[in-house]
Amino acid sequence: MTIDSGRRPAAGEPVGDVGVTRPGPTRRPTSRPAWLGQHLGTAVVGAVAGYAVGHWLGNQIASAYPNTAGASGLNDTAVVLGLAFGVVGWLAGIGALNYPLAKLVGREPVTPEPQQGWMRYFKYSTDHKVVGMQYLVTVLVFFFTAGLLAMAIRTELLTPANHFFGPDIYIAVVGEHGTMMMMMASSAVVGPLGNYLVPLMIGSRRTAFPRVEAASYWFFAAGYLVILTALPLGGFPTGWTGYAPLQTQSAGGMDSYLVGFGVIGIGMILAGFNLAVTIIHFRAPGMTWNRVPVFVWSMLATAALLTLATPTLVAAGLFGVLDRTAQTAFYVTEHGGSQFLWQNLFWFFGHPEVYIMALPGFGIVAEMLPVFTRKPLFGYRVAAAGMLGVALLSFFVWQHHLFQSGINPDMRPLFMLTTELISIPTGFIFLVGLGTLYKARIRMEVPMLFALGMYFNFLIGGVTGVFLSDVPVNVTVHGSFFVMAHFHYTIMGGLIFALFGGIYYWTPKMTGRMLDQKWGKIHFWTMFVFFNLTFFPLFIVGLLGQPRRVFEYAANLQVWNDISSTGAFLLGASFLIFVGNVVWTMVINPRTAPANPWASNGLEWQTPTPVPYFNFERIPVVLNDPYHYGDPEPAPVADLGAGLAMAVAGATADPSTGLDPR
Amino acid sequence: MLALLAAVAGLVVGTAMAFLRSAPPTIDFASRHQAGQPVDLSVQTVGSIGFGAHPSWVSYLVQAPDGKWVHSTLWDLPAHTRINVTIYQYDSGSPLRNQLLGRVTGTAGGDMTLDGKTTDLVDANSGNGVGHTFTVPTLGINVPLVGISHNAKNPCSAAPCTANYDHNTVRFSFVTPGVGQYPWQCFLPCGLGWLDGTGGPMQTIGYMDGFLKVVA
Amino acid sequence: MPDAPAPRHFRRMVAVWFVLSAVTDPLFYFLAGPHIPPGKMTSSANGAQFDFNVLFIIALPVVIAVWVYLGYAIWTWRASRGGPEPVAGPYSRGHLGLQTGWISVSTVIVLGLFVFGTYELVVPAGAGGGEGPNPIWSPASKQILPVQVIAQQWMFTYRYPTYGGFETRNLVLPADTNVAFHVTSLDVIHDFWAYQLGVKADANPGQDDVAYTSTGSQLGRFMVRCDELCGIWHGAMYNTGHIESAAAFQSWATTQEQTLAATTKLLPPFAWTYTPDANGADGGFYPDNRDPYNKVEMYGAQKVTS
Repeated sequence: MTIDSGRRPAAGEPVGDVGVTRPGPTRRPTSRPAWLGQHLGTAVVGAVAGYAVGHWLGNQIASAYPNTAGASGLNDTAVVLGLAFGVVGWLAGIGALNYPLAKLVGREPVTPEPQQGWMRYFKYSTDHKVVGMQYLVTVLVFFFTAGLLAMAIRTELLTPANHFFGPDIYIAVVGEHGTMMMMMASSAVVGPLGNYLVPLMIGSRRTAFPRVEAASYWFFAAGYLVILTALPLGGFPTGWTGYAPLQTQSAGGMDSYLVGFGVIGIGMILAGFNLAVTIIHFRAPGMTWNRVPVFVWSMLATAALLTLATPTLVAAGLFGVLDRTAQTAFYVTEHGGSQFLWQNLFWFFGHPEVYIMALPGFGIVAEMLPVFTRKPLFGYRVAAAGMLGVALLSFFVWQHHLFQSGINPDMRPLFMLTTELISIPTGFIFLVGLGTLYKARIRMEVPMLFALGMYFNFLIGGVTGVFLSDVPVNVTVHGSFFVMAHFHYTIMGGLIFALFGGIYYWTPKMTGRMLDQKWGKIHFWTMFVFFNLTFFPLFIVGLLGQPRRVFEYAANLQVWNDISSTGAFLLGASFLIFVGNVVWTMVINPRTAPANPWASNGLEWQTPTPVPYFNFERIPVVLNDPYHYGDPEPAPVADLGAGLAMAVAGATADPSTGLDPR
Repeated sequence: MLALLAAVAGLVVGTAMAFLRSAPPTIDFASRHQAGQPVDLSVQTVGSIGFGAHPSWVSYLVQAPDGKWVHSTLWDLPAHTRINVTIYQYDSGSPLRNQLLGRVTGTAGGDMTLDGKTTDLVDANSGNGVGHTFTVPTLGINVPLVGISHNAKNPCSAAPCTANYDHNTVRFSFVTPGVGQYPWQCFLPCGLGWLDGTGGPMQTIGYMDGFLKVVA
Repeated sequence: MPDAPAPRHFRRMVAVWFVLSAVTDPLFYFLAGPHIPPGKMTSSANGAQFDFNVLFIIALPVVIAVWVYLGYAIWTWRASRGGPEPVAGPYSRGHLGLQTGWISVSTVIVLGLFVFGTYELVVPAGAGGGEGPNPIWSPASKQILPVQVIAQQWMFTYRYPTYGGFETRNLVLPADTNVAFHVTSLDVIHDFWAYQLGVKADANPGQDDVAYTSTGSQLGRFMVRCDELCGIWHGAMYNTGHIESAAAFQSWATTQEQTLAATTKLLPPFAWTYTPDANGADGGFYPDNRDPYNKVEMYGAQKVTS
């Protein structure tokens, strides 16, 4: 499903690719065939070799430890070192280490040519558009893998007490599904759309740290492979929350969970600060904070959360790895640790993480609404304030996951308050959406359908969140399917709906090809109906007393569970429509998309398709925000020719001009 | 091309599902059972199974109707039938985590015979301690299996063990309920090398836990 | 602009919203409200049900408002019905009064919910949630029956310290009594969820997690489930409890105390927490080179003699 945007410039359009013609460094005069260099294949070879080396080393170090000496049948030290070395081998194989290592030994690093052709999608590319496409495909692979596991879960829950899977396999599937989905969702929008669109939207030729950006992707892709190894290593029985001390007790799959979250976490931190710095420092002249597209605001809030919250996860995972291999006791009460430490660290990351997944969805729908209503965004500042407010408050709510944990009870009213407060800035997003719809000319195109679907689902998810924040109600619903339905409504119903809306909306720009709109509508309606059919019954199931992650449940709940399972299978089928649509319109029967199919004012649509290597021939001078719809004589958003406008704006020394993006 | 892709995808999903559904074989004690007759079930526990993926793990084994010892904890049993169980305990013992489980419950008569002697309570803190328990929580069945001496002259080190090795013999009976799948397990923390002793074999079907699959 | 006088959109929406809310809220309260889980078996269950109903009655008009607005907007203003391009009037980019109103209303609702939730948490003695070893909200009455809940992989057992500390797998409670559940664990984290009682408290190793409730006059069965993922048999970790009359409970408890006397003698002396050996039987995870049969290590086990 490689999507190629670079090879075929649309007829008659200027390529404007100033970067390609520049004289590059001359250390590599002859260009070799693409398959000879470093690419995905060498990365896989490096990963396998690294795993072998690490595994051998782990056995050398730790074969005498009682928990690794054959009794348990698996040496955790060897597994952890194998995975860690595998990731290093993966990065070395793709070429991520060439530049830093060359610098380290004092040599002038070789800067590769800007890559062309389809092979660049399998290489270590510092072009933010290539990285965006790499992220997009990986996110979808991640999502569909974990989605198949979800259907396996719903298969097991078809009957109360007859079992399709063994309980050990079932709990491994549950954990694998949850962890993969969380890993995917943390980068689902930031990775593909954030990397691809933010420079285009703010008028930059590149992101702030292209090598960091590329590294973030290859960490993310490595995380997918690492978490996949959990199943052959015996799975992990803790679910995605990984509670210790069960974590310390678990089989080798737990090592994949800890290392995998560590790897994904490093990727999240890198992606986050690259985006944050890009948005703050690489805006084009005239792109004031009042003109920044609202999607960029959501990316800024998300990037701040990624950078600030994720280190906690990486540290917590490291403690877990040490507990399991070096037999420290961070999380083991009998030896001086505390099981509350993991819960606190995990949720201190985990709750901002929830908004890492929600905010990009808000950004996408708020960005699309003006285009499809032909009206300016209502309450632009409210939207930005809401996103920043959610981001800030999200650091102060984590203990609502611990209401029933036996932790200090006098904190409960405080965390009830902060949790309920967060619904105020979340409400801003609804105010913005509903206000924009007022007396608008609503075009029910596919992306708009997804945006409205997101508002419908997130409303249910948000309101049930208030129920959960109320401690007396929480006593009943905590840890039940009610919680599970709640966060699927916010993440699947919110983020994933927005992501698919974004894919339908921006693929014409990203690939130059248009997804079929009729099938897109069918995809939306099936996905919307079957999503609700799957998850709404689970509120009832949870309220009627079914705990999460069980393989047996009360016989009287079978009807609701079967409705949910039926919905889940049909929901899975609805994604086949999407896959078919992509394969048909992108690969088999490609159709060139119009240059600006939705008649958007956004700066990203002012670039040629495919977007040239340097995005803009000249750095644009931004004159207006992109929401001037409905004006009889709309002012231009930006002067792409710069020149005169540059002088007018007085922006002569732009930091990003003239910098080589490589 | 598409057909090839579909075939590859099908192969991947099929392999994954086969892997995910991997489980020990279910031993059938039900289909050739004559109505009204009790079923005789012979089980042994061994300190290290000696073969398979985890040769060092403790495990249960069951004697299939054809007389062979099989590494499985999934047993098809007929409903509403008396099951006469004989457990050959080849593993040594230790104290229970919860001494309540030294009490025999849920069996016919509320007791068991240990090497021919009837008893209904085992003090896991004295003697050889308890090696494992046979416990079906949903049926209220609990039978502590007294361990062999730590200083036994002829301990069995690899399954299947024969009567030549040191062992204790525990006999008891219970009546199966209606159709359903009833999880059973060992409650002694015997997962050597795992935190709390409840990892590894204690959390893997086929070793220290399984299902009584009661069929019509 | 259309020729006909502009319809009063807001007035129409408010009317539809008001009618729908005024109909569905009472319908919910009188038809579904009394049946909302976890029922009325105890004070904490009652409180949880009341809270849920109050929240639902507040939430329903909010949800209906958004749905009515969305439905009305899509129906009236969708492009396929034709109509001119919308004009970017002065209020299309924001409306100070509307924004202030929206923020004020949501803030008032949220603060009201916070005050209500705190009251409902503090007054009914922690609302049935686990309060840790040092509860700050407890029943006023001094007459409290303590019941210890011991969770282990994968079973709940119960000890009655006021009846000689006997331990059993049956949970029986007397009617019309304040009950204090002292929840603890012998290994990993579990969660004691007595569903119909409206009680939920995590079982932590080495911690005494206290949760209060008061049984009423209603007798009968209730379900206990483990609500924190604890490994392979998490889904099978459940049992049924009973609320019986005070006299029936008294006779059950004294009978159990006598019949289980031999078993109780084997148990460690009653304590609020136990410190089992993290290593399990026969050597373990931590290479401490200690005798695994140390007295304090295996839930108070004695050393095996041979």
